[in-house]
Amino acid sequence: MTNVFTSSIGKKLIMSITGTCLVLFLLFHMSMNIVAIIKPEWYDSICAFLGVNWYAIIGTLVLAGGFGLHILFALILTLYNRKARGSSSYLATVIPKQVSWASQNMFVIGIIVALGLLLHFSQFWYKMQFAELLGNHEVQLGEATVSPTSGSAFIAYYFSNILFVVAYLIWLAALWLHISHGFWSALQTIGWNNEIWLPRLKFAAKIFATLICLGFAAVVIAFYVKSLLDCC
Amino acid sequence: MKFKIKIWRQKNAKDKGKFVTYDIDNISADTSFLEMLDILNDKLISEGKDPVAFDHDCREGICGMCSLYINGEAHGPDTLVTTCQLHMRKFKDGQTITVEPWRSAGFPLVKDLIVNRNAFDKILQAGGFISVNTGGAQDANTIPIPKKDADESMDAAACVGCGACVATCKNGSAMLFVAARVSSLAKLPQGKAEAATRAKAMLAKMDELGFGACTNTGACQVECPKGISISHIARLNREFLSAKIKD
Amino acid sequence: MSEKLISKTPEGPLAEKWTRHKAAIKVVSPANKRKLEIIVVGTGLGGASAAATLGELGYNVKIFCISDSPRRAHSIAAQGGINAAKNYQNDNDSIWRLFYDTIKGGDYRSREANVYRLAEVSNKIIDQCVAQGVPFARDYGGQLDNRSFGGAQVSRTFYARGQTGQQLLLGAYASLNRQIAKGSVKSFTRHEMLDLVLVNGKARGIIARNLVTGEIERHGAHAVVLATGGYGNVYFLSTNAMNSNCSAAIQCYRKGAFFGNPCFAQIHPTCIPKHGDQQSKLTLMSESLRNDGRIWVPKKLEDVKRLREGKLKASHIPESERDYYLERRYPAFGNLVPRDVASRAAKERCDAGYGVNNTGLAVFLDFSSAIQRLGKKVIEQRYGNLFQMYEKITDVNPYEEPMMIYPAIHYTMGGIWVDYNLMTTIPGLYAIGEANFSDHGGNRLGASALMQGLADGYFILPYTIGDYLSADIQTPKIDTNLPEFAETEKAVKDKINRLMNIKGKRTVDSLHKALGNIMWEYAGMARNANGLKIALEEIEKLKTEFWSNVYVPGTTDELNQELEKALRLADNFEIARLIVLDAQNRFESCGGHLREEMQTEDGEAKRDDEKFMYVSAWEYKDENTLPELHKEPLKYEFVKVATRNYKD
Repeated sequence: MTNVFTSSIGKKLIMSITGTCLVLFLLFHMSMNIVAIIKPEWYDSICAFLGVNWYAIIGTLVLAGGFGLHILFALILTLYNRKARGSSSYLATVIPKQVSWASQNMFVIGIIVALGLLLHFSQFWYKMQFAELLGNHEVQLGEATVSPTSGSAFIAYYFSNILFVVAYLIWLAALWLHISHGFWSALQTIGWNNEIWLPRLKFAAKIFATLICLGFAAVVIAFYVKSLLDCC
Repeated sequence: MKFKIKIWRQKNAKDKGKFVTYDIDNISADTSFLEMLDILNDKLISEGKDPVAFDHDCREGICGMCSLYINGEAHGPDTLVTTCQLHMRKFKDGQTITVEPWRSAGFPLVKDLIVNRNAFDKILQAGGFISVNTGGAQDANTIPIPKKDADESMDAAACVGCGACVATCKNGSAMLFVAARVSSLAKLPQGKAEAATRAKAMLAKMDELGFGACTNTGACQVECPKGISISHIARLNREFLSAKIKD
Repeated sequence: MSEKLISKTPEGPLAEKWTRHKAAIKVVSPANKRKLEIIVVGTGLGGASAAATLGELGYNVKIFCISDSPRRAHSIAAQGGINAAKNYQNDNDSIWRLFYDTIKGGDYRSREANVYRLAEVSNKIIDQCVAQGVPFARDYGGQLDNRSFGGAQVSRTFYARGQTGQQLLLGAYASLNRQIAKGSVKSFTRHEMLDLVLVNGKARGIIARNLVTGEIERHGAHAVVLATGGYGNVYFLSTNAMNSNCSAAIQCYRKGAFFGNPCFAQIHPTCIPKHGDQQSKLTLMSESLRNDGRIWVPKKLEDVKRLREGKLKASHIPESERDYYLERRYPAFGNLVPRDVASRAAKERCDAGYGVNNTGLAVFLDFSSAIQRLGKKVIEQRYGNLFQMYEKITDVNPYEEPMMIYPAIHYTMGGIWVDYNLMTTIPGLYAIGEANFSDHGGNRLGASALMQGLADGYFILPYTIGDYLSADIQTPKIDTNLPEFAETEKAVKDKINRLMNIKGKRTVDSLHKALGNIMWEYAGMARNANGLKIALEEIEKLKTEFWSNVYVPGTTDELNQELEKALRLADNFEIARLIVLDAQNRFESCGGHLREEMQTEDGEAKRDDEKFMYVSAWEYKDENTLPELHKEPLKYEFVKVATRNYKD
C-alpha cells in the first residue's frame, strides 16, 4: 500500500471512500427523519438513543473525520487539478451535453452543501448532541425551552419558518446534484464499473440521490404544512 | 462560404501571445478545416506575413498529430473525428471561428497552435509495452483470446494519442490516455504478466509530469475522436488499486 | 551488370538461401555491440522495429523523426492488413504461394531471393506482433481471423479492424519505448535529417535540423539506416501524409546511393475522388473493401450523363444496366485483381467517358449486394469505420448509395537500391521498408507493405547489419568534429540560407502543386514518350522558378514549417526528374508503370522481358548532368516467368 494516497488515484480513493460513508450516513439519517413524519414520539426516542452514548459519539467522530477528509482532499485535489489545467485558459469552451453540469462543478456544489451543513449544525446538532455533551438538559428554542433529545420539537420549530424551508430545499437540491455525480463517481474510482454498468450506475445514482433528497424534503415540507394547518 | 477566423498567435514558448482575427472568403463546404487553414496561410504568406503554425500530418484521422480547440471543443464541433476530418460544411456561412491550441500544464506551447506532447511518449516509455524481445515469440494462435476480449482491447487500442482528452479535461488529466493503453494490454493474456507494474509505473509518470486527477466528468470520452470509453479508466483504477494493495 | 551493383544474393536452393546466408555472415559480440552506434532515420514500421530490435541486441541507437512522436509515422495509416503464410484457414497457403503471389503481383521485376525471404519471415512477424499485444481480429473461437486481399486466391491477411497499420506501429513503437526507457535507444523527435555525412566513403553520420529551435546538429554513428518511406508526395496529391517526403533518400542519392526503379509508383484503385483545387490530399479507402464491394460504371452513356447532372441516383440504375467491368474482364479474380490492374481498368472506363461524377473521374464501389447477402450489421462490423470516414468526407451515406472511388498515388515500389543485406551502394548506409526498392518489383500487392517494413526491421536488418559492423568493432565513437561533418554542415546551412534569401513571390505549396500536376499529367497512370519529354522540360522550368522565385517567410532559428516544406520540395525536383528518366527508359508496360505505346490489342499491359528484365539503378552525377543508369539483371531460377493472367 506504499504511497497509494499520494498518487492521483489514491487521492480520489479517499474522496470515494469518505463520500461513500457520508452518503450511507445520509441514507440512515433520511430513514430516521421519515419516522418523524409518521410519529414524532418515535423520532424523539431515536434522538435520545443517539444522544450522549458511546456508540453515538464514536459514530459522530468517525463521521466528522470522514467529512473533514472529504473536504480536505476536495481542496487538495481542486488545487492540484487547477495547477494541471495550466496558467492559460480557453477563450471559448463548450461543455458537451453528455457531460453533467454537476460533474464539472462538484467543488462549488460541495461548498453549498457544506454551508447548508453549518446552518444545520447550528440549528440542530449544536443544540442537541453537543448541548447534551456540555451537560445541558434544557435548550432555548425560540421562546420555548425544550430537551435536547426532543428532535421533533426542533423540526417543528425550524420548519415552520418559510425562510428556513426555502434554505433547506436549496441545500437539498445542491445535495442532489452532489450525490447524482458522487455516487457513481465513487464506484468508478474504486474501479467498480465497465461499459455495460456505466449507464446503469449513472442512472442508479440519480435514483439514489432522488430518494435521499425527496426523503429529507418530505420532512421539511410535511412539517411546514403541519405548521400552516396548526396555526389556522 | 466566408468566415472570420480568430486564431491564437504566439511566436514561441516565451512570447505572451494574443488572438488575431482573419477574414477568409471563397471556401467550399467540402473543404476540410485544415485545408481552410492552408488557404489562409497561403494568403498570409502572399501578404508577406507569418503563416499560422499548426500540427498536422496524415489528414485522415489516424496519426493523431492535429490538435486544435475549435469554438470551444477539441477537434471542433463534429463528433468522433479529428480536426483533419472536420469539414467546413459543419459551420455556418459568415460565422466567427475561434481556434486555440490545446491548453494544459502537461502540454507546453511551442508556437501558435502547436504544443509539446512529449509527455505522452514519456508515459508510454514508463510501461506502455509488453516486455518481449524480437524473435522468441511462440506461434500466434497458441493462446486463444476470446473475441470479446480482443475486441475490447482493440477499442482501447484505437487511441491516436492526440491529447484531446487532456485538452478537454477541466483537470488537465491524462487518465483516458493512460487508461486506454493499460486497459488494452490488460485485456490480453500477453499483457497480464506486467499488468500491475505497468499500471503503477504509467500512473506515477502521469502524476510526475503534471497531469491532473480524474474527477469522472466524462468530457474526455465525448471529445475523444475515437470514442474511447471512460470504462477503461475504471479498469485502470482497478488495476492500479489492486496492484497497490499487494505492495 | 555494373560492378557497383553486387546483389550479394546467396547461392543455393531458394528455400535455403536465407538460412545459409545467416549462417555465413559475421556477428558482433555483446561487448562490442555496446561500443557501436547506429542512427535510424524514420520511425515507421521499418524504422521503429529496426531501432527497437537493434536496441534489444545491445547497440546504441539514435532515432530521428520529423513528428512530435515516433507513433505519427505514416505506417499508422495503413488500413487493411498484413500478409503471412500461416495457412490458418487451411486454404492451401504456404510460404511458396505467398512468395509466388508476391513476385507475380510485382510483375517479375523483383529479386527472387529477397521476395522468398520476405515470405519466409512473414509468419514470425505475426507471432511477434501478437506477443507484443497487437489486438488482431479474432473469431469466436479466439483464433486469429483472416481476410482476402487483391492478387491472392487465399485468405492470408491478418487485420485489426481498419487500423492494422496503426496497431502494428503501436506494437513496434511500444518495443521502441521500452528500449528508450532502458537507454539503449535515444529519441530525437521533431528532428529532420538534412544530409548524410560520409567519412572515407562510409556513412558515418547525419546532419539534422532541430525543427523547434532551428539548430543544425551533427550526429555520428558507425552505420546509418534509412527508413524514411516513399516519394509519393512528389505528386502533391497522394494518399501519403502531408509531411511524408523523400528528402533523406534524395540526400543519400546525391551522396552516392543508387536509386532503384523510380518509375514504379503504385496507383491505388480505391481512393475518394478529388473534389476541388484546394484539396490537400487524397484519402484511401482500404483495399479490403473489394472483398465485398463490387466495382461498376453504367453501361449506357446516357445514364452517365444523367448521373452527372444529378438527375439519376446510382442506386436506381437496374442491375442489367450496370457494367461490373472487373468481373467482366477478369472473371477469375473479379474485383480482387491487383491494384495496378484495377486502377488501369478504372482509368480505361473513365477515359471512355463512363466516369460517374462531375469531373468524370470516378467509378462506383457498391455494397448493395453484400448488404443484401450478409445484412447491414455484418458490413458495419467489417467496414464500419471506413464507411464512417467516407461519409464524413463526402457527406454521402455509403450504406444507401454506392461509394465513388478513383485511383490515386499511394505507394512507391522504387527506392534506394539495396543488396541482399539491405545495404545501399554506400558502405554503412542501409535502406529498409518503403525507402528501398527491393521486394515489390513493379507493383505491390495489398497488405505487403506492412509485411516488408516489419520483416526488414525485426528480422533481416538486425542480422545483416552485424556482418558490416563486425569489421568496425575497432572504430571508436565517430568524432563529429571531423572536417567531413563541418563541410556537410556548412553545405546544409548554405542551402538553407540560399532558400531564405530568394524572397520571391511564389509560395512553396503553389510550386509543389504545379510539380504535382506535371507529374500526374505526364508520369501518372499512363506515360508516353512525348509526355515524358514535356515533363522533363516542365520540371526543369519549375525548378528554376523555385530557386529564383520562392518565398520562405520567417527565420531559420525558429519553428518554420514553410522552410521545412521548401527544403523537401527542393529534393522533390530531383526525384521527379528520376521518375521521368526511368519511365522514359523503361519502354514496356509493367506493374505500376504503363507505357501507352506498349499495350496489347485488348488493352492489357505489355511487358518486354527481353529488354527490361532488370532493376534500373540510377547514379547521381551532379545538378546539371543526367544520372547514369546501371542495370541489375533479374534472373528467375525458380519461378517460370509468365504474362500475368487474372482472367482465368
